[in-house]
Amino acid sequence: MSSLTATQRLSIIREKGRPTVKDYIPALFNNFLELHGDRHFGDDAAIIGGVGMFDCTPVTVIAQVKGRNLEENKRSNFSMPHPEGYRKALRLAKQAEKFHRPVICFVDTPGAFCGIDAEKRGQGEAIARNLMEFMTLKTPILTIVLGEGGSGGALALAVCDELVMLENALYSVISPRGFASILWKDPTRESEAAELMKITAEDLLRFGVCEHIIEEPDGGAHRDPALMIENIAEYLTESLPRLCSVSTDEMLERRYEKFRRIGEFRDNS
Amino acid sequence: MALEDLFKVVKDRSMADTKPKADPKQKKASPKVEIPKGLLFKCPRCGTVVYRDDFERNRSVCSACNYHARINFRERLEMTADKGTFTELDAGLTSVNPIDFPGYENKIAALQKECGLREAVVTGVCTIHRYKTVIGIMDSNFMMASMGSVVGEKITRAFEYATEHKLPVVLFTASGGARMQEGIISLMQMAKTSGAIARHSESGQLYVTVMTDPTTGGVTASFASLGDIIIAEPKVLIGFAGRRVIEGTIKQKLPDDFQSAEFMLENGFVDMIVERKVMRPTLSKIFRTHNYTRSEEYKGGAAL
Repeated sequence: MSSLTATQRLSIIREKGRPTVKDYIPALFNNFLELHGDRHFGDDAAIIGGVGMFDCTPVTVIAQVKGRNLEENKRSNFSMPHPEGYRKALRLAKQAEKFHRPVICFVDTPGAFCGIDAEKRGQGEAIARNLMEFMTLKTPILTIVLGEGGSGGALALAVCDELVMLENALYSVISPRGFASILWKDPTRESEAAELMKITAEDLLRFGVCEHIIEEPDGGAHRDPALMIENIAEYLTESLPRLCSVSTDEMLERRYEKFRRIGEFRDNS
Repeated sequence: MALEDLFKVVKDRSMADTKPKADPKQKKASPKVEIPKGLLFKCPRCGTVVYRDDFERNRSVCSACNYHARINFRERLEMTADKGTFTELDAGLTSVNPIDFPGYENKIAALQKECGLREAVVTGVCTIHRYKTVIGIMDSNFMMASMGSVVGEKITRAFEYATEHKLPVVLFTASGGARMQEGIISLMQMAKTSGAIARHSESGQLYVTVMTDPTTGGVTASFASLGDIIIAEPKVLIGFAGRRVIEGTIKQKLPDDFQSAEFMLENGFVDMIVERKVMRPTLSKIFRTHNYTRSEEYKGGAAL
């Protein structure tokens, strides 16, 4: 695997030709059927969901949609979901629980959308609800971070049994630009922030946030999408039966502990 | 002492991020600043100026517009818990510097000295109207009560303690959101606390959130929004995204009541708006209607 800086990886994941879920879903899943709507307000095109087959296993897929061009991006709101997107995700996750299907989430977002309507419809509540419900969902959840994993907007699909990242993907509490803008009042220090924040897959493996890294083709996924798809498929072939073989009680206990352990502090009592 | 020395700018603590910064050059040109520190209080919502003594006697509530201003941990505890019943949990937890953020340790040390607190949340057990409960109080004076490892861990442990001892939890939330200085570890505290709440909830225990000024960001997007009953204090700021961020996205000014407690009530995200002066009896009613029984340990009256 390559040893690139966070800034170099940032520019790789911003490559125009980088594959998105629009490339991955048809290549990885047979019989995919998209399912729409949150049953409360509407359908958010920033998150697509549905059911399909991975080899012989029925799975539920929930994915954040980064567009491959301006037109697609307009439709999917640059992959920044509204509350109804997260509520659709929860509905589909609950459905997967009912039918004992594993859930595969693809994360690729700068963050949850920030706007008047998003606030009115409870962006905070929608994310919070997913964190709590995913924590106790009685079916395996696997999350793959494809590119950007931005803040709570990513976490709402990332409470899972196993979090994996593509080699160049980043996952952070806020975008490096936002970090620089808030802490230093200077968004142009984005690159400095990216290095400081420890947001690469290797960093997150060390922190215990990420369990596994999927190797990218030399120079990034856009250089050889077919190989990238093959690498993801290989990982799913190995991980799905492994995750499905664990008893529900054991799985929920491990999921709780995975997050319970994260945190660094001193205890002087 | 010159008269002017008495006059200092009182930092607008509530809506500091929504107001334009004063131009330092302008400040020099007009040295007479209007608000004497310590003597008067200027309401950040309606601008009314009142004597600080009167304001504090009114539980730090603006008598003109009913804005429930920010108060510190001690003030909140005094007006909430039965006198002398509070026992702190996990008092020894202090922050370290997981991503080596420059100057983070010093900042924490300075705040600990200034606030007399180890971190931005204090958790413990107390009685309220003789109902025994786990309580958590966030103090916005401590780095805007942002959530890093310690805040996440203390809240998680408070819920685990409550689950184990079959107790309800009351959390007074106030926060700027996840603590940037601890990077991804802060984000994970949102999931960790939500997990502990899920277990407490599954065990059939009650969780009441009291949203105070300001409840925002990653705290709104995790434990603050997960109460069985969600209370807000009047006129406080509650939201997910920062006001400036939204104004930047939509390129227009937002109405004043946007992201207020009243806005959240109207849109269906809080159960009720409750004034400080009736917070204790309201919590007491809630405990009563959830079949909790009064403890015999404490026979005294209210703290206030």
